[in-house]
Amino acid sequence: MSDSNDKVAGQQKESVPPKSGGTRRDFLGEIAAGALGIAGLGSMVVTYQYLSPNVLFEPPTTFRAGNPDLYPMDSVTFLLEQQVYIVRTAQGFYAVSAVCTHLGCVTQWKPEDNLIECPCHGSKFQSDGTKVAGPAPRPLPHFAISLTADGELSVDKLEIVGANQALKV
Amino acid sequence: MATSSAPGALDRLRATRVWKSIFRRGPARTNRTRSLAVFGNLFLHFLPVKVREKSLRVRASYYLGSISFLLFIILTVSGVLLMFYYHPAAPQAYRDMKDLRFVVSNGVFLRNIHRLAAQLMVLAVFWHMFHVFYRGGYKPPHEFNWVVGVVLLIVTLFLSYTGYLLPWDQLAFWAITVGTNILSAMPIIGKTVRFESLGGNVVGANALLRFYVLHCVVLPLIAIVFIAVHFWRVQKDGGLTVREGDDGKQP
Repeated sequence: MSDSNDKVAGQQKESVPPKSGGTRRDFLGEIAAGALGIAGLGSMVVTYQYLSPNVLFEPPTTFRAGNPDLYPMDSVTFLLEQQVYIVRTAQGFYAVSAVCTHLGCVTQWKPEDNLIECPCHGSKFQSDGTKVAGPAPRPLPHFAISLTADGELSVDKLEIVGANQALKV
Repeated sequence: MATSSAPGALDRLRATRVWKSIFRRGPARTNRTRSLAVFGNLFLHFLPVKVREKSLRVRASYYLGSISFLLFIILTVSGVLLMFYYHPAAPQAYRDMKDLRFVVSNGVFLRNIHRLAAQLMVLAVFWHMFHVFYRGGYKPPHEFNWVVGVVLLIVTLFLSYTGYLLPWDQLAFWAITVGTNILSAMPIIGKTVRFESLGGNVVGANALLRFYVLHCVVLPLIAIVFIAVHFWRVQKDGGLTVREGDDGKQP
C-alpha cells in the first residue's frame, strides 16, 4: 500500500527531490508516536503518584510519654504502641527505639538478663541501645526527648540524637 | 483411539449439528481431523498436535511442568472459593481466616488445600527448573522459553509471598515486616520500594489490601500470560528436550 502511495506522490512532484526529513506521512507518524509516548509516560507518572498514599493512618511520630515521675530510677519501660523504651539512669532520661536495626522486628526488654533482645534473629542490646550480640548492623537509635511546658516527657521519633544526650530532669 | 466397531454414544453426539457448530467438525477419526481438532480449539491450539513418544516417557520430564500447571489450576479454583468469605481488611481478615477454619462448611478443607498446593507448587516449579537445567533444556532453541520459565518461577515466589500476609496472623505480620525490610536494603530505591509496596511505613491495612490485589489479580494475570507463552513456545521450539535413554533403553 505504501508503495503505490509513493508512486502517486512521485508522479505529482517529479521535479522536487525528496527532503532529508522524509515525507509528510513520516513526519505525522513521528508526531503521533511522540504524542503517544509522552501520554504513556505521563500516565505512568500519574499512576505512580496515585499509588503513593498522601495520608497515612499510622501512629504519630511525636508523642507524650507522661510525667517523669512515672519512671523509677534505673528502669527501662517499654511503650508498646510507640515501640520505644524510656530509659531512666542517673545521667537522665533517654528514648531508645524498640525496632531492631536488623530486619525491623520489635525487641523485648529482658530484666533478668538486663538486655534488650530481638525474638526474630537473636540480636541483643544493652539498655542504652549498644549492640551486644546478633546480626543487627547498628545499635538501637536514640530519639530526641524533651520536656513540655507542663512538665511531661515528649519524644520525637523523626529526630535521631547521639547516645550520649540524656535529658536531665 | 478411534473405535472401528459400532458407534458409541460419544460418536453419535459428535455427529450432531450442535457439536459441529461448537467444535466445527465431527468425529476425529483420522490423523488430519485429529490435528484440526487441536488447531481449532482455543484451549488446545498452543499445544503440539504431535509429540515424540520418547518425550512422553516419565523420565523425560517427570511431568513436573504439568504438575505445576495442575497445582496452579487447583490454587485458582480454591483461591476463588476462599475469596467469597475473605475481607482484605484489618482486623477482619484474621477473623475471616478463623471462620474459614472453624465455621464455614468445608472451609478448613479449602484453606488447607490452597496452602498445601501453594507449597507444593513452589516445590514443583523449583524441581522443574532443576530438571530442565540438568538436562540442558535451556540450550538453543529453548533459550527464550528458559527465560519465560525464570519469570514464572519469580511470579510463583511472589504469589507465595503475597499470599503469606493474607491470614493476618503474627507469622504473616512479622514475615512481611522482615521481608519488606530486606527490600529496603536495596541501594537508593530500597526505601521507596518498601513504602510503595506497603502503602505506608508499617505493615498495616494498606499493605494487606495491596498484597491482596497483587495476590488475587495482578500476579495471576501475569502468570496466565506467561504460562500460555511457555506452553506455546514448547511446541514452537520443537517439543521437549529428548535425550538418549529417555525411551528406557541403555544408550
